[in-house]
Amino acid sequence: MLFDLFGQAFSDKNLMPWLVPFWPLAGFALISLLTLLLQFLQRDFTKPLHTIPATDHNYGGHHPDYDGMDVPYQPFWFRITAIVIGMTAMTLTLFFAWSLVFGALDDFGAGTFGKIPSAEQAVEEEQAAEPEHGATSDCEDCVYQSNIEWMSLGESSETGFRIGTLVDPLTSIMLFMVPIAAGMIFVYSIGYMWHDPRQARFFALICLFAGGMLTLVVADNLMLMFVGWEIMGLCSYSLIGFWYEKESAYNAAVKAFTVTRVADVIMLLGIVYLWSLTGTLNFRDILYNTETLQMLGNTKAILFGSWGLSASGLIGMLVITGTVGKSAQFPLHVWLPDAMEGPTPVSAMIHAAAMVSAGVYAVIRMYPLYVGLSNPHAADPTFSAPLLYMAIAGSFTALFAATMGTAQRDVKAVLAYSTISQLGFMIAALGIGAYIAAAFHLITHAFFKALLFMSSGSVIHAMEHGEHHVHEHHAHAHNRQGHDDHHHDEHGHDEEHFDAQDMFNMGGLRHRIPVTFWTFLIGGLSLSGFPLLTAGFWSKDEILADAWNGTTVHGSGLHMMVFWVLALAAFLTAFYTMRQLGLTFWGDARTEEAEHAGLGGPYSIVSVAMQAPLIVLAFFAIVAGFIGVPPDFPILGSIFSPEHNFFHNLVVYTLPAMANGGAEVFHVEAPPVRFFPVFMSVLVALGGLFVGWLMYWRKPLKAGQADPLIRIVGENVYTTLQRRYYMDDLYDWLFVRPFRWVGINVIKLIDKGFIDGVLHKIAAIFIWIGDFIKTLNAWLIDGVGDGIPKAIFGFGGWMRRTQSGRVQQYLLIVLLAMIAIGILFALSAGALAIG
Amino acid sequence: MDSGFLTTLVLFLPMVGFGVLLFVDSEKNKEALKWVALGFSIVTFFFSLALWAGFDNANPDLQFVQQWNWLSIQIGSTQISSDYYVGVDGLSMLLIVLTTFIMPIGILISFNASVLKERGREKLYYSLLLLLEWAMLGVFMIQDLIVFYVFWEVTLVPMYFLIGIWGSEERVYAAVKFFLYTMSGSILMLIAILFVGNAAGTFILPDIIAQVQANPNLWNETAGMASSSTVTGSLLFGAFFIAFAIKVPIFPFHSWLPDAHVQAPTAGSVILAGVLLKMGTYGLVRFNLQLFPAESVQFAPLIAGLGVVGIIYGAWVSYAQDNVKKLVAYSSVSHLGFVVLGIFALNSQGLQGATLQMVNHGISTGGLFLLVGILYERWHTKEMADYGGVWKLMPLFGGISLVIALSSMGLPGLNGFVGEFTILMGSVGSVYLNFFFTLLGTIGVILAATYILKMYQHVYMGDNKPAPHADENTYKLHWTELAVLIPILFAIFWIGIQPGKFFDTMGSSAKQLVAYVDESYDAYETRQADLEAESAAQVETNDATEDSGD
Repeated sequence: MLFDLFGQAFSDKNLMPWLVPFWPLAGFALISLLTLLLQFLQRDFTKPLHTIPATDHNYGGHHPDYDGMDVPYQPFWFRITAIVIGMTAMTLTLFFAWSLVFGALDDFGAGTFGKIPSAEQAVEEEQAAEPEHGATSDCEDCVYQSNIEWMSLGESSETGFRIGTLVDPLTSIMLFMVPIAAGMIFVYSIGYMWHDPRQARFFALICLFAGGMLTLVVADNLMLMFVGWEIMGLCSYSLIGFWYEKESAYNAAVKAFTVTRVADVIMLLGIVYLWSLTGTLNFRDILYNTETLQMLGNTKAILFGSWGLSASGLIGMLVITGTVGKSAQFPLHVWLPDAMEGPTPVSAMIHAAAMVSAGVYAVIRMYPLYVGLSNPHAADPTFSAPLLYMAIAGSFTALFAATMGTAQRDVKAVLAYSTISQLGFMIAALGIGAYIAAAFHLITHAFFKALLFMSSGSVIHAMEHGEHHVHEHHAHAHNRQGHDDHHHDEHGHDEEHFDAQDMFNMGGLRHRIPVTFWTFLIGGLSLSGFPLLTAGFWSKDEILADAWNGTTVHGSGLHMMVFWVLALAAFLTAFYTMRQLGLTFWGDARTEEAEHAGLGGPYSIVSVAMQAPLIVLAFFAIVAGFIGVPPDFPILGSIFSPEHNFFHNLVVYTLPAMANGGAEVFHVEAPPVRFFPVFMSVLVALGGLFVGWLMYWRKPLKAGQADPLIRIVGENVYTTLQRRYYMDDLYDWLFVRPFRWVGINVIKLIDKGFIDGVLHKIAAIFIWIGDFIKTLNAWLIDGVGDGIPKAIFGFGGWMRRTQSGRVQQYLLIVLLAMIAIGILFALSAGALAIG
Repeated sequence: MDSGFLTTLVLFLPMVGFGVLLFVDSEKNKEALKWVALGFSIVTFFFSLALWAGFDNANPDLQFVQQWNWLSIQIGSTQISSDYYVGVDGLSMLLIVLTTFIMPIGILISFNASVLKERGREKLYYSLLLLLEWAMLGVFMIQDLIVFYVFWEVTLVPMYFLIGIWGSEERVYAAVKFFLYTMSGSILMLIAILFVGNAAGTFILPDIIAQVQANPNLWNETAGMASSSTVTGSLLFGAFFIAFAIKVPIFPFHSWLPDAHVQAPTAGSVILAGVLLKMGTYGLVRFNLQLFPAESVQFAPLIAGLGVVGIIYGAWVSYAQDNVKKLVAYSSVSHLGFVVLGIFALNSQGLQGATLQMVNHGISTGGLFLLVGILYERWHTKEMADYGGVWKLMPLFGGISLVIALSSMGLPGLNGFVGEFTILMGSVGSVYLNFFFTLLGTIGVILAATYILKMYQHVYMGDNKPAPHADENTYKLHWTELAVLIPILFAIFWIGIQPGKFFDTMGSSAKQLVAYVDESYDAYETRQADLEAESAAQVETNDATEDSGD
């Protein structure tokens, strides 16, 4: 039966979504099994693989991450097979995902896709007045969906717990973005991991990662979504800690897992609470159902209910916490900067295609729940607790992370902070009701951030290449003996440890890796929101337009706050991007390593595999913006959006029609193009770029020169920014140390000291009682037991003494006895007489 | 009647094995000993699978019932009977399979145990294991209080010797502590059993339950004292509860557990964690809930509260350990706190989740003890500081360990999550428990991540710390080790991905039990109210008589 279903899934689009996560998950399983097979083929199933030095020729002869280590030998065919499996899985996924996306557009058409019939009836008049765009179809539920019973729960046997898949407009845009971004990351990984001894493990895990993300995307209920969510948590753990010998790597891995896990479990609490109120976790049953939402909005929350928090508000806050963890928002952002410890493709995966996007996706997916009974679009806008929280936390994070981004030395760290900052943009947009703008920025950000990370990876790779070159050079010049025992000596030069990721060691790389330079530039401009051309401009502009629209039309202070904070953050974004580009590529090489940086020739497999995906993503980093150009934008609007804003018109039907406070909440029109927000977004982007140019391009840094930023902001501020506002230290003092201290000193004391202490006391009492009884036994029982014979014996002895044989004595005794008896009789008689 | 023979067969197969072992010459056929033991445990496993296959999910009552009269005594005018009465329902089915599943694993991992080579006495060792299996199966199958008590006590003996003879340095202390602790609880239960049997006129569980169903206030009305006092019922409930709480162990009765676990040989730890502890939680479901439904409801917040304290406390103290085996041992306290929370949520989600979590805990924690045992065979230490880089040294083993560790911390897709998720659903939906129980329970889930990750990080990651006297075979996994880990992995994935079969098995029984508890509690309330009204009326009449008398 299962096989039938599997076969049907190829043709039936309702079942096809199962196949999307299936391929990467199967790829993971296959590579894992293959590893076992390899050991079997090596004649000893149970033995660890034959090991060789990591610096072996097989692995490219050089590996900064495996200094002086032995690694398992993996034959070439095996490494290739792992790559082939991974690539095949991803290709199939891409094929099925895109056929779903384009199939849906074909079957339903944008504007119909995702509409909910029941909800439509509620706003029938509205629709009658306003004719449909796009194709009309007579679909019942205009989505692809299917589900099966997973476990029988609930009081009746009918209502089992069902899991299934759903493809609606929101899913479809993710299904468009995730497989292509992940696919490019896979291609890139071929190059990046070409010489890595743990290539098979890498491909297995990254397959699992993609599988987890796609599970999350196609899930039709919170439980299955949570499964995907956690699979990604695991993958981030094992991939951040990929080089688990390194202390920094495993610490970062544990940190990432623990921080996100805290958030996830709180989210789980929200999920079970939601279930207890509604009895289902299916998205369309809960979130697309106005009655249920009204019920949730009117129910008093089980916590803080007396403070006016509704059930949907509480669930929203709990579930958002999961997002805050996954999407690295303040105050749970601390794990993300450390997450660069993993190989760079992993960073791209975490920061762009999966993981952090998942957090924002989850919010949009459950958006009606957060909105509750409020309406940020109404004439008199209201904000529910989750919305308020998102608006404030999101905009704060956007600015907060952007400031930290300006002072980083590590090329990847800058990008890490920019990710946090950009996600802050999305969360803030969600807080003010601009969920479509958030979804748009999610997509464009994924493309240009994946591009930027992979470009920076290619920079690092080039730098490592340069380092290797320089090192080889030195080794040849000084002594040639190091070659024989490469085990310990070859890379044991800690005193001159070179940081291949430090931007101050780079400079002038545009000559060494031109393709990377251009793609990095495109990605950077897109991130900065370079006007008109780049995708980042359009999506960021839409967020700002929404915020400004709220400010002017409704006079909402929250909208205004979001607008100005985000504008400032956007300025800083443009600035640090320019700084990064300048330090990395412009000027002259500041070190010998940078001078020799390269990817091993323009046509080497590494070079091609690492740069071709950059070109593809650079393409998307530009054109992805054109699907969401406002129709009323001068000139460009009529070119790209002749009828309507395609993206807006597609995604708007993800959510049901719902009127809170007398106005439509979700099916809102995109804000009209106004001069001021466009002017502002152009101004901040160009302004930031200009300041960056002024400081880092006009006079490129020389070797050893300090960051000009220090002169401007001062040493202390600079250090504070570099140390991330000391948040890590704060958390260490606030949570980690007390937890450990209490665990070791208090809890252990309770356990060993108190509970066992009491037990030992009881035991001691029993022993004492035992001893007491033993003593008592000796004195009393034994005393009595032995005493009676002794007494008898003594009595006998005494009696014997009476038997003296003297008649006078006998007579005397008889006499005395008679007297005594006589007195007794007399007394008793007398007594009787008295009575 | 005939189908019940299968139950008896499963129950007594280990005993047959025990008998066969006695005739094996331990001097000449040392090898034969282990194979006989393994063979019988595997055959038992297959028969229990047959039992499961034949199990009717739709039937909530006892199935595969077999009943013979064992003794009947005339006390005064009442005839008190006690039967050999075996049967299986949804709540015990999975635990029986778990027992027969864990046993071969325990036997197989002993094949190369160095402690057995050092101290010898294999014949006694394997005989005790089979004896233990027989006793544990009895506990899960027997439906008669007296016979149950016999089996309950018999489980103590083999474990006492397993720890006491083949344990580590402080084995005698641990064995004595284990024995005395459990024994002191059991004595209370024995008194309660005698009282219950006397009051109900029978020791046969279904018969007693029928009486309880007829009158949930039964225990407070014995000896013709139809009073509204709840003391007797509460005391009886408490006596059963303490016996089971010690076995589970529920905080604060847990302090025997770390010692017993740390000192026990690997197989002992695996069986202790895998099955023996489940006897406590099973007892709570089978006896406390069924015999004292009303009292269960009344005490639910208290006991669930202890469970929640145990969840957090166990996790926290587990995190503070430097001894890897102790860390795993304390994690049991945390996990079983979850089971207790689920049981006393007193709804079908909670109960089903708890039952599944019993199985999950047996598999995951049993698995963790296997890992510790496998490591111990090589490094001969339990201190975490002496380990490092095991993933590198034993890559396959490291991968398997990661899966087992993650299953213990409840990662979705693996078994632990399904149980925890369902229990949380139960506790949040429970009408008897406050939201804070769930809130604190989830904190336990967070803490679970901290200690498991700490363990994994210290032992498996970081710099290599090679085993002492390592040669090329040291890091080789022996086939027996692989053979015990693979079924564990299989179970972890099966329950994690497709738990439907398990929920189907226990579904109808759990639902029936929950409905029974709810109804009984309502009836109990009504009955109590009636009695109070009656006694109030009585007092009034008395007052009236006294008044009129004056």
